[in-house]
Amino acid sequence: MVNIEIDGIPLRVDSAKMIIQAADEAGIDIPRFCYHKNLSIVANCRMCLVEVDKARKALPACATPVANGMKVFTQSEIALQAQRGVMEFLLINHPLDCPICDQGGECELQDLSLGYGSGISRFSEKKRVVKDKDIGPLVQTDMTRCIHCTRCVRFGQEIAGIKELGATGRGEHMEIGTYVEHSLASELSGNIIDLCPVGALTSKPFRYKARAWEMTSHPSIAMHDAVGSNLDLHTRQNEVMRVVARDNDSVNQSWISDRDRFSYLGLKHPDRLLNPMIKQNGEWQVTDWQTAMEFAVDGLKHVKTKNGADQIAGLISPTATLEEGYLFQKWLRAFGSQNVDHRLRQQDFSDAGHDQFSAMSLADIESSDAIVLLGCNIRSEAPLLAHRVRQSAYAGGLISDINFFKTDLLMPVDRQVVVNSAQLFVLLSGVAKTLLQRVDETTAKAWRHMMREKAPSATEQNIAMQLANAHQAVIIVGALANQHPQASAIRSLAALISELTGAHLLILPDANSQALHLAGALPHCDASQELKDGLNANAIWEEQLRAYVLFNIEPEFDCADPAAALLALQRAGFVMAINSFQCDSLRDYADVLLPLAAFTETSGTFVGLDHQWQSFTGAVAPPGESRPGWKILRVLGNISKFNGFDYVSSEGVRQELQDQLNRLSSARKSIYIPAEITNVNGVQLISEVPVYRTDSLVRHSKALQLTPENQFLDTMRISPALAEKYGLHQGDAVQIQQDEFAVSATVLIDEQVAENMAHLAAASPLSARLGNAFGNVELSAMMESIDA
Amino acid sequence: MTTALQLTGHRDQLFNQVIRQQLDSWISKYPPGQSQSAVIPALHILQDSHDGWLSEGLMRALADYLEIPAISVFEVATFYTMFELKPVGKHKISVCTNISCLLCGSEEIANHLQKRLGIGFGQTTADGKFTLKEVECLGACVGAPMLLLDRQYHEHLTPDKVDALLGEVK
Repeated sequence: MVNIEIDGIPLRVDSAKMIIQAADEAGIDIPRFCYHKNLSIVANCRMCLVEVDKARKALPACATPVANGMKVFTQSEIALQAQRGVMEFLLINHPLDCPICDQGGECELQDLSLGYGSGISRFSEKKRVVKDKDIGPLVQTDMTRCIHCTRCVRFGQEIAGIKELGATGRGEHMEIGTYVEHSLASELSGNIIDLCPVGALTSKPFRYKARAWEMTSHPSIAMHDAVGSNLDLHTRQNEVMRVVARDNDSVNQSWISDRDRFSYLGLKHPDRLLNPMIKQNGEWQVTDWQTAMEFAVDGLKHVKTKNGADQIAGLISPTATLEEGYLFQKWLRAFGSQNVDHRLRQQDFSDAGHDQFSAMSLADIESSDAIVLLGCNIRSEAPLLAHRVRQSAYAGGLISDINFFKTDLLMPVDRQVVVNSAQLFVLLSGVAKTLLQRVDETTAKAWRHMMREKAPSATEQNIAMQLANAHQAVIIVGALANQHPQASAIRSLAALISELTGAHLLILPDANSQALHLAGALPHCDASQELKDGLNANAIWEEQLRAYVLFNIEPEFDCADPAAALLALQRAGFVMAINSFQCDSLRDYADVLLPLAAFTETSGTFVGLDHQWQSFTGAVAPPGESRPGWKILRVLGNISKFNGFDYVSSEGVRQELQDQLNRLSSARKSIYIPAEITNVNGVQLISEVPVYRTDSLVRHSKALQLTPENQFLDTMRISPALAEKYGLHQGDAVQIQQDEFAVSATVLIDEQVAENMAHLAAASPLSARLGNAFGNVELSAMMESIDA
Repeated sequence: MTTALQLTGHRDQLFNQVIRQQLDSWISKYPPGQSQSAVIPALHILQDSHDGWLSEGLMRALADYLEIPAISVFEVATFYTMFELKPVGKHKISVCTNISCLLCGSEEIANHLQKRLGIGFGQTTADGKFTLKEVECLGACVGAPMLLLDRQYHEHLTPDKVDALLGEVK
């Protein structure tokens, strides 16, 4: 710690700090463009020049470390003159197009030129013009406005892990761009919009839509992954105009993913369900809430009397709020049905009840020195978690990626192991076996049937030792593992390895599923963790029940087995959907549609992977007749004449759940020990949900659907060996046969895919016509090309 | 004409063996993981074996070889005037027109060269023999006015000296 003085104010600051950091902490304003607290320091804009006592000229506050006894003056004549000079240079080539610039009103250059610039320009020569670049559907460029602060360049290099933007040319001809025009491939690219201090990089979908001063800001939480990034929703006249990041150092720092930033575009999609509707004699009728809800309750009661309450099932989207999840299960359980689930994409539930949701803060993940990613395409599943893992890798952490295909994680990776399902179990048991050699006989004995005879390979030993020797290690089990037909075995082996090495185990939750778990939206236990015997998300479809209640799900995209879901819904006697969006297939099988408010329109609580309860309120009123989910469920409870549904606010719901949870003792659960693993033969699908197909709101966001990440929904990726086996070539049409279902896709030969596996996007119109994810398929070359 | 270089495929098959050896020797001069430091010498090596200019494919291949982002190669190649991003003639004449040379008559030299070759700055003669470039200070002010012909400095120039010089070039 050193003592310094800024503008006469004595401060005691950490000696590792720069002047600007000390000033920021003390609330003393120093103008800046290139400096950003979460990026490296380059000192190239020179706007933060300040006078430092005994220095012979003004110094950049962002790159001058504090020293004991230092006296800094931010408003002295020398400082102001230096800042004025810099501002004059910055404005030389900057166009005077503020009236038509989207940044106008929230532009750092505009603000600072008001404070530090002169009213009249002395520059009468020609200004330079830089051609705009097309860098994709999300970010709009106006590069003539660029002042070369290089924040966007540093963001790519240091945070996104992919340097796509750079400074080409020299002097007067220097330009920020990609050199060769292409769409940005980063899932964090939208952050450069927030970072750009001028109007050079702005939001493409938001272009010319609103002015900063017309909008009001509402804090909110992103619901699309398990991070729970903090957002600011900017609204105007009851409409969300755009979404920007809200700083929260413990969660998302200053960043949000493109999915969180641009999902709001789905809110105004024409498929948005705006009115309660009921189907009578095969005809859809728009009706009022009372009629629709009575119709719904009558429908369910009818099924209950005729077929029994266990013929009713409810499925809720993992993006639902904690309150919605709690009321949903409470309402269905009041009906007498235990068939409630939110684990829509999972197939293997045999370890249910052994769940070990260990909390882990994002900062702890960042400070880990060994991280194993198990069946986890982390960049797409949780982009900001990937950012934390990347920071660990940059700091020397050892990252091992074990997956069914190799993908560029945009970070230094110690090893990437590509395995198919059988090889995965061999690998995991090899790692476990290495560790079991060091423990007591009982544990080893219990797991003996899972261990193979052969001694562990070098790789397996290496992974085991890295985890065991790490100062702090984490095993992250991702969606590809959790959605696997043998997920329990994968999770339990991961749990065993974690127990033997002391590594944290993070079973990456899907969106808000941690909250729904606590809320008891599960068939095997309710919120008070009382054991129940309901049907799980898989059995709910297989059993083909009489009545279904859907809460914000599109079954053909959101469920593990689209074909089974569709069949069950078509055969059901009564289907009600509380949904934000409608589609043809929903109108076909549903009997009641109740319009649901989106997360921007309701209050609720999100619980992420760090187990923090983050509550938020609605920023805008729900459109049309749609209503917040907790209110719909409350009134459904009232109309059903159930007790305990008289809430006045979502906080009341939350409080009730919290009281229940407080009464629980947190008994540590044992690890599930799976039975022997059966190997699959033939070609197995890798059903990965693409980054912009995760939930209905994201799927209705047009800009996200146009990104390069989304262009491979009809493509099947297979290894060269598999292609040869079936006589398939690059670009061929291939028929994918799964039981009685068949679809055709385009072949992409990719050495990065595991042997005997075929990567096909889930949650796409193509895979919606197939059976279960990660199922076995038959491949055959199609004789005629698709055009013929 | 040089033989075609391998620009796609695995890292250990890029360019050709001779070039790979030269690149490796430069990479080995820097600490591991800092191959980006070798980008300038590497661009020189590639430009020399590619008719004096750098194509986009060549720069991308270099990025792959050095295991750095492609844009980091483009940044360097576009910054320095000694790197050519379009095809050039067999010989490159770079005339300095910076202050010292200008004061000592570089304008006359430049005009003479342009008239003699029948091309302007940044152009190549029809026979593909010469490319004429205007460059910033090459650090030979003591010998102003000066030009750089391929790799050779020529100083204290006069129009006659320029004629003699051009006459000698094959």
